[in-house]
Amino acid sequence: MSILVFLEHHGNELQKGSLSVLSKAASLGAGDVYGVVAGSGVRELASGAGKYGASKVFVADDPALEAPLPQPRVDVIATLVREQSIDTVLLAQSVLAADVAAGLSARLDAGLNWELVDIEEQDGKLVGTRPALADSVYVQVGWKGEPCIGIFRSGTFDPKETGGEAEVVDTPVQLEDFSTAATMIEQAHEEQQGPSIEDADVIVAGGRGLGGPENFTLVEELAKALGGAVAATRAVVDAGWYPYATQVGQTGKTVSPKLYVACGISGAIQHKVGMQSSSVIVAINKDPNAPIFEYSDLGVVGDVHEVVPKLTELVKQRKRSAS
Amino acid sequence: MKIAVCVKHVPEAASRRIDPSTKRLDRSGEGALNAFDANALEEALRLKDASGEGEVVAVSMGPQKASDTLRKALAMGADRAVLVSDESAAGSDLVATSYALGKALAREEPDLVLLGQQASDSDGAVLWAAIAERLRRPMISQVAELTASDGKVRGKRQTEFGYDVIEAPLPAVVAVSDAINEPRYPSLKGIMGAKKKPQETLSLDDLGVESERAGEAGSKTEVLGLTDPPARGDSRRIEDDGNAAEQIAEFLAEKRLI
Ligand SMILES: Cc1cc2nc3c(=O)[nH]c(=O)nc-3n(C[C@H](O)[C@H](O)[C@H](O)COP(=O)(O)OP(=O)(O)OC[C@H]3O[C@@H](n4cnc5c(N)ncnc54)[C@H](O)[C@@H]3O)c2cc1C
Ligand SMILES: Nc1ncnc2c1ncn2[C@@H]1O[C@H](COP(=O)(O)O)[C@@H](O)[C@H]1O
Repeated sequence: MSILVFLEHHGNELQKGSLSVLSKAASLGAGDVYGVVAGSGVRELASGAGKYGASKVFVADDPALEAPLPQPRVDVIATLVREQSIDTVLLAQSVLAADVAAGLSARLDAGLNWELVDIEEQDGKLVGTRPALADSVYVQVGWKGEPCIGIFRSGTFDPKETGGEAEVVDTPVQLEDFSTAATMIEQAHEEQQGPSIEDADVIVAGGRGLGGPENFTLVEELAKALGGAVAATRAVVDAGWYPYATQVGQTGKTVSPKLYVACGISGAIQHKVGMQSSSVIVAINKDPNAPIFEYSDLGVVGDVHEVVPKLTELVKQRKRSAS
Repeated sequence: MKIAVCVKHVPEAASRRIDPSTKRLDRSGEGALNAFDANALEEALRLKDASGEGEVVAVSMGPQKASDTLRKALAMGADRAVLVSDESAAGSDLVATSYALGKALAREEPDLVLLGQQASDSDGAVLWAAIAERLRRPMISQVAELTASDGKVRGKRQTEFGYDVIEAPLPAVVAVSDAINEPRYPSLKGIMGAKKKPQETLSLDDLGVESERAGEAGSKTEVLGLTDPPARGDSRRIEDDGNAAEQIAEFLAEKRLI
């Protein structure tokens, strides 16, 4: 088997998620494990992957790969797969990696399994584990034919340093016309600063179910009463209701407070990956079928406008009588 | 501008299950328009309204019942609907779906293909990249703000690192985020008018898709087994009958959180 891991980088660093997948691939002991780094001025970064188990790292270094756009990366990896007889391509979930993986899948007519939380070799074939339907069922998935492409859910593994050196090999960059047609006008601009939520013991998070930015006061008051911080979903951050710095989830922060209260949040998988390790999760949502209830310790089917202010009042009362 | 919008017919959340015998999603029950696709459709209608001309075509691949979803798209304001439906297409994975749907989209020659953020039954959030590849067109994903002018589209979108602004010349493929807009409800007039709008159903043959490239035969992934998720600790569920707040407070006190 020869496994190629897409090594995503940001600034001057290989991303932790990619290195985790690399470690996992190496731990399979199923053959050659390679990495690929694609960017501009990234040759220096490549050798760092040796420590995590890559025996060889292919480097596609070209000004056209400067911006983190997926389509030119599909060209690079497709060429590598063909020329190096790669049979498996593994990636860590990210906005970029998902688009690279799906583009590659169509280019090579290669099977793509996503949201993997585990992978193993069984009789010379790879078998992945993938939670489905709001994680209510675990599916064992396989691939028919080669190459096999897999995307791992964010935060599934940690990188493991095993020592070792990687041979760094330049790979030619030949890009399709349509792959370079999209251009980055402005890149990764962090909007509005906001309070830090990563160290909070208690987080009260608000979603679109609040109905409007003005209703975030409900969440803020409960957070204040509980002595906690306020967080938000991508849907409300993208809509401009709350600052990006408070976003929890795949493209936001990962938090693990003692208590996470989700108010008017559906509980999409991309939100879950950012808060599932909270010790206690309480959810208030008016839809009894909301996925968030699948992973809440206490699920309350109710209206946030009714329940949250009452709860805030009760918490305040208890604190008063305790002091 | 001609805009094709990909809309998926998904099983209702309450009845979503994988059929243990076929190991496929059970699509026999009631279904509805994938909510995320209403955002894509809304954006298409806004772009059309803003330019004062053009056509919005809703395109879906799925069982015959997906025509309900297309009727909803027409009621919202789409001009025309195309359904790719064929027994041999059942069980298509990303490779097979993008191939067949790609053929249907290519046939329309749209300036812009719009997709939703994810299909709520598969949570893939990947199809657009495969469609862009099949059509050999530039693509922008996760777009939370979209503008179109001078033969170009420009999208603002969130990644793990902040916000990007990406531009692509038309024809292009764009996937929108669920924050991009507030989808309209179909008006009574829209619902009545939907019945008269052109709706066509295409077989794989009509599209020139070989049967070995569709359905399970054309899929490159397979489901080998199903297992229960790891058990979680006690999980309690209550319905608010006026005293949910008290019950939450009790629960928090029990857990020594207040
Ligand atoms: C690549 C990618 C990355 C993403 N990254 C993230 C991320 O980092 N973080 C993130 O959060 N999301 C992320 N998402 C988006 C995610 O898929 C969801 O779209 C998002 O989390 C939904 O936010 P929400 O729960 O606020 O809104 P919705 O899904 O609209 O849910 C609102 C909920 O409120 C409930 N509700 C409505 N009114 C009331 C009421 N009066 N009382 C009680 N409940 C009510 C509704 O029943 C519904 O369940 C990402 C998506 C993609 C594709
Ligand atoms: N069978 C289908 N027919 C039409 N559009 C689809 C279909 N499946 C997915 N889509 C579109 O692709 C988007 C992403 O789907 P997915 O990658 O499956 O999560 C959806 O929001 C739809 O716009």
